[in-house]
Amino acid sequence: MSVARFWRKQPQRYNLEGTRCETCGRRFFPPRTFCPDCRRDGKVVEHRFNGTGQVVTHTVIRTASEQFDAQTPYVLAIVQLDEGPRLTAQVICAPEEVYIGMQVKKAFRRIGAESASGPLYYGTKFVPVE
Amino acid sequence: MVGIVTYGVYIPRYRIRIEEIARVWGANAGDISGGLGVREKSVPDVDEDTITISVEAARNALARRPIDVEALGAVYVGSESHPYAVKPTACTVGEAIGATPHMTAADYEFACKAGTAGVQTCMGLVQSGMMRYGMAIGADVAQGAPGDALEYTAAAGGAAFILGTDDPIAEINHTCSFTTDTPDFWRREGQAFPRHGGRFTGEPGYFKHVQGAALQMLEDVGTKPSDYAFAVFHQPNAKFPQRVAGMLGFSMEQIKPGLVVPRLGNTYSGSSLIGLAATLDIAEPGDRIFVTSFGSGAGSDAFDIEVTDAIRSGVFAREAAPSVEQLLANPVYVDYAKYARHKGKIVMQ
Repeated sequence: MSVARFWRKQPQRYNLEGTRCETCGRRFFPPRTFCPDCRRDGKVVEHRFNGTGQVVTHTVIRTASEQFDAQTPYVLAIVQLDEGPRLTAQVICAPEEVYIGMQVKKAFRRIGAESASGPLYYGTKFVPVE
Repeated sequence: MVGIVTYGVYIPRYRIRIEEIARVWGANAGDISGGLGVREKSVPDVDEDTITISVEAARNALARRPIDVEALGAVYVGSESHPYAVKPTACTVGEAIGATPHMTAADYEFACKAGTAGVQTCMGLVQSGMMRYGMAIGADVAQGAPGDALEYTAAAGGAAFILGTDDPIAEINHTCSFTTDTPDFWRREGQAFPRHGGRFTGEPGYFKHVQGAALQMLEDVGTKPSDYAFAVFHQPNAKFPQRVAGMLGFSMEQIKPGLVVPRLGNTYSGSSLIGLAATLDIAEPGDRIFVTSFGSGAGSDAFDIEVTDAIRSGVFAREAAPSVEQLLANPVYVDYAKYARHKGKIVMQ
């Protein structure tokens, strides 16, 4: 991923910044600037998600691309935020611990690094709620 | 008066026992653990570093008291393990808590006392009226060369303190420092691990500077050790803070709540600040806390802190973030091989 692309996504990756439609209340992550339900009646504003949710489904990555190789095996899940949207993210736990319905919350972690001298990328992963 | 408005701590969940490190190097675990007074130390996850620890500690501070982050005028992160040689940890922390862009930020380095140096800077900025709030963080994923004495204690963790004058939970009555050029510990640019100057570690380093700052504090404020409910001294191991407490006239009961090193290890820039946080976790209004940090190189910062009624008021929710005791509970133990992987000590091709 290029430096510029990651920098553009920092608000979403660091703070789960999405949007919501003030007309119907629907929330969007990644952010949308247009509400598909309300269309021209919609009023879309910024919304920061609180980062709690549950695991909808999951898999365990054992063979990863070079950037994530040092982290294998790791759990990758679709997490449904309590506020609505679903996103794909890592869940920080042992592969045998994850289950569908697991309650999770956001955690700030290093996502990857671009070579030994390149930039470090940070963002949101999820940890089990204890 | 300027004081601590809120605070938060983060400690990774992994631990390695001292006996496991000693096993790998063929050392006598009982002698080492007994000599240091440390049983185990925290280990970062593979995707944790000083930036992630600082962000989690800062968020825990804000969970206890959701101040207006736009009024946060400064973020200082003290560490000797900043992930970048050039690019501030503090900028990422500021962005991750939503405090950017109208703030100043910088990284500090002063071995184990860079965090308290940040506290002093924020005190000055807030008390002078330049800003409403300032945040000082001390965090490290401390480095110790394989087989070196430092490897038995070099741990991971951090604490964030927000300073301000609005209804602080603890007022800082006074601070003073004691600094000299002492070669007790260093890491040269580009080197992966620090080195230590052997005989300079104890008397010429830790004890001279901690006592220098502490005695200055007692003289400046006109107090005696028995005037304080609690005391926190930098804890590179369990022996040094207990010994210096005795030398200064503080009791074991006074330092007990903040003495977390036997179960945590030395979190370097986080060490004395996590000790202070553990003390604030159990402190009551009116309690007076004596804090003295130490950083090799060398220097000490001392603080006279007095807990206010705000710690038990509606503006501050101590239980909204995990206490140091809760962060130390239920650890996941790793063996040396996994520890080496987590710390990046295994060279990958």
